Amino acid sequence: MSRVRVLVGTRKGAFILTADGKRQKWDVSGPHFAGWEIYHVKGSKADPERLYVSQTSGWFGQIIQRSDDGGKTWHQPGTPPGEPTTAPDGSPKGESNKFVYDTSAETGKPLTTHMFYDGTQHPWEFKRVWHVEPSLTDPDTVYAGVEDAALFRSSDGGKSWQEMSGLRGHGTGPKWQPGAGGMGLHTILLDPTNANRMYIAISAAGAFRTDDAGKTWKPINKGLVSQYIPDPNAEVGHCVHRIAMNGSRPNTLFMQKHWDVLRSDDAGENWKEVSGNLPTDFGFVIDVHAHEPETIYVVPIKSDSEHFPLEGKLRVYRSKTGGNTWEALTNGLPQRDCYVNVLRDAMAVDSLDDCGIYFGTTGGQVYVSPDAGDSWAPIVRDLPSVLSVEVQTLA
Amino acid sequence: MIRVELPQHLRTLARVGKEVELEVAGPPTLRAVLDVLEERYPMLRGAIRDHVTKQRRPFLRFFACAQDLSLDSPDNPLPDEVASGKEPLLVIGAIAGG
Repeated sequence: MSRVRVLVGTRKGAFILTADGKRQKWDVSGPHFAGWEIYHVKGSKADPERLYVSQTSGWFGQIIQRSDDGGKTWHQPGTPPGEPTTAPDGSPKGESNKFVYDTSAETGKPLTTHMFYDGTQHPWEFKRVWHVEPSLTDPDTVYAGVEDAALFRSSDGGKSWQEMSGLRGHGTGPKWQPGAGGMGLHTILLDPTNANRMYIAISAAGAFRTDDAGKTWKPINKGLVSQYIPDPNAEVGHCVHRIAMNGSRPNTLFMQKHWDVLRSDDAGENWKEVSGNLPTDFGFVIDVHAHEPETIYVVPIKSDSEHFPLEGKLRVYRSKTGGNTWEALTNGLPQRDCYVNVLRDAMAVDSLDDCGIYFGTTGGQVYVSPDAGDSWAPIVRDLPSVLSVEVQTLA
Repeated sequence: MIRVELPQHLRTLARVGKEVELEVAGPPTLRAVLDVLEERYPMLRGAIRDHVTKQRRPFLRFFACAQDLSLDSPDNPLPDEVASGKEPLLVIGAIAGG
């Protein structure tokens, strides 16, 4: 029987929640890496036992952890437990937390500054990894989206990282600006039908696409309108919160922008708003049903400074028409006195026949709907503030 | 033999106890001790000092013999008590945050 493994990153550690296909009875493992901020945990589709973790701390910086047994044991890539930590020549075997921006002349256009909050130029400074995205085909290849915004790639299982500098170097970098949460590259989507195509999104720069495996990039923000920037229709500068894709239709993308929910049916070349009857079109998460590519989910949040559900009612909104027409999903979710947030990486879907939807809150709850959103139940209620949720569907 | 006491999270990363003992060639300085520490425990690279600039991370400090050495030159000789192993070099995380 199929089962699911939910990977939860929180402000004070990682948790792994497992259940069989009914998704009613759960086992909870954790905290892993107790006391550390776990921005993201994600498993490889090519080898589901391979998990990558972004572990961060204001004190000790960035750590990458890896598991090769589904989260039972962990190590920092390059320094497996019990083995020598240096190569025979004395050099370190791994530098899995070394994220150094590429400023080499060979890569063309090394950038050293981006726009700061006050409009001045500011040096690029590595702060943390927001998102790890394993390759769809090779468990040793993994991408990392970092703050300050850049994309890194490892092809040795996370032992070493190289910046894909064509993104920062494509020309608009000096116009990128941090959002309130920092200037993070938070979304990485891999096209399952085209190994050369990848999408990323940055707050607050916008969405970008490569069609040559990361060598060159182009902004794909046509149709985004952001009234809070000097040119509402600018090529870059939009605060994109999240993009989602159903792999069976990789040219169709759905976006939750700071405000506005949008879709594109031409691989991001053009976007149109599909906020429709949402009570507010501000929010962070967006995701797509695993088997119904026009069924999408968002969690509307009150903006701009309050960042909790409207009226204290936690409601997921579902559209079965690819946007514009939305219905509130409330069965099993708190409908009074609920003032949590749902952050951008904190929603996921499984691929069981009855598609399961998952999301985590800043109040420490992780909810599951085993019936595509019709009903919900908390898996756990009292974790630390949830930063990210991913799910693996296992045989 | 130089003794270095690490904060709890770094002990977990390095899979060591409260204190590690290091052989440092020549007169021990902060830079020399940290170089040896990171060579022996490469998982600590970047967690105490920046990978490239070698600057101390802002929320960490170095103490020994009741002295704060954090702002001293990393090339200054460490106190005799540290060089002799009588006293440990302390790597301390700021008590801050939530």
